[in-house]
Amino acid sequence: MTWPFAIIATLTCASAIAAMSLRNLVHCALCLTMTFAGLAALYLQLSAQFVGLAQILIYIGAVAILVVFAILLTHGGEETPRGAIVSSSWWIGVGIAVAAFASLAAAVLSSVVVKRTATASPDVAVKRIGEKLMNDYVLPLEVIGLLLTAALIGAVIIAMQERRPKP
Amino acid sequence: MTPLHHYLILSALLFAIGLAGALTRRNAILVLIGIELMLNAANLNFIAFWRYGPKPEQLTGIMFVIFSIGIAAAEAAVGLALIIAIYRHYKTTNLDQVDSMRG
Repeated sequence: MTWPFAIIATLTCASAIAAMSLRNLVHCALCLTMTFAGLAALYLQLSAQFVGLAQILIYIGAVAILVVFAILLTHGGEETPRGAIVSSSWWIGVGIAVAAFASLAAAVLSSVVVKRTATASPDVAVKRIGEKLMNDYVLPLEVIGLLLTAALIGAVIIAMQERRPKP
Repeated sequence: MTPLHHYLILSALLFAIGLAGALTRRNAILVLIGIELMLNAANLNFIAFWRYGPKPEQLTGIMFVIFSIGIAAAEAAVGLALIIAIYRHYKTTNLDQVDSMRG
C-alpha cells in the first residue's frame, strides 16, 4: 500500500461514516462532498482523469448542491432533531451491512485478482473518449440524453406546486 | 503501485457504509445519500477493474462509469423531487411517520 492511497482512503471512509452518522443534515451534506472529492482523487490516481474531473463537476457541483437545496426546502437544517436519528430496528440494518462487507471482503481476498498487477498506464486522452462516444457508443449516448431529459422534466413536474382545485 | 484488492476492499467498505445508512437512517434525504454512496462504490470498482484489466486501452470501464454517473444524476434529481413532494404532503421527511400505507 502506498501512502497517498492510505491517506485518501482513510479520508474517504471517515467522511462517509460521518455523512451517514451525524445529527445535523447540513453537516452530513458537507461530509458527503468530502467523500466525493476523495473518490475523485482515487480516480485520478487510477489514471482516469476524465472520470475524476467529471466526478468533481457532477457530484460535487451538481448532486451535492441538489442535496443541500432539498435539505433547505424541507427545513431539515433549521434545527437538529431531538429524538433518535436512526430507526428503532437499526441493529438489523447494521448487521446486514456488516454481513455484506464480510462476504465481499472474503470473496475479494480469496480470488485470483489479489495477484494481479497494473499494466503500463494507458493512453486516455479526452479525444479518444470523444471518438469512442461518437463511434461505438453513440446509441447509449443518445439513450442517456433522452433519459436525462425525461428525468429532469419528471422531476420538475413532481416537485411543482400542487394546484388546488377551485371550489 | 497500490494492488488491485486494496481498491476493491475500500469499495466494499464504502458500499457497506452506504447500505448501513440507507437501512437505518430515519431521514429520507440521508437514505438517498446512502444510495449515492453505494453507486459511487460500484463506479470505483469499474475504474479499478478497468485499470488493472488486460486491455485498458479499450476504455470500456471509463465508458461504463460515464453512463453510470449520468444515470445516478437522473436518479438523484427524481429522488429529491419525490422527497420534496412527500414533504409538501406530510410536512415531514421522517420515514417512520410516512406510514399511511401500513397494514
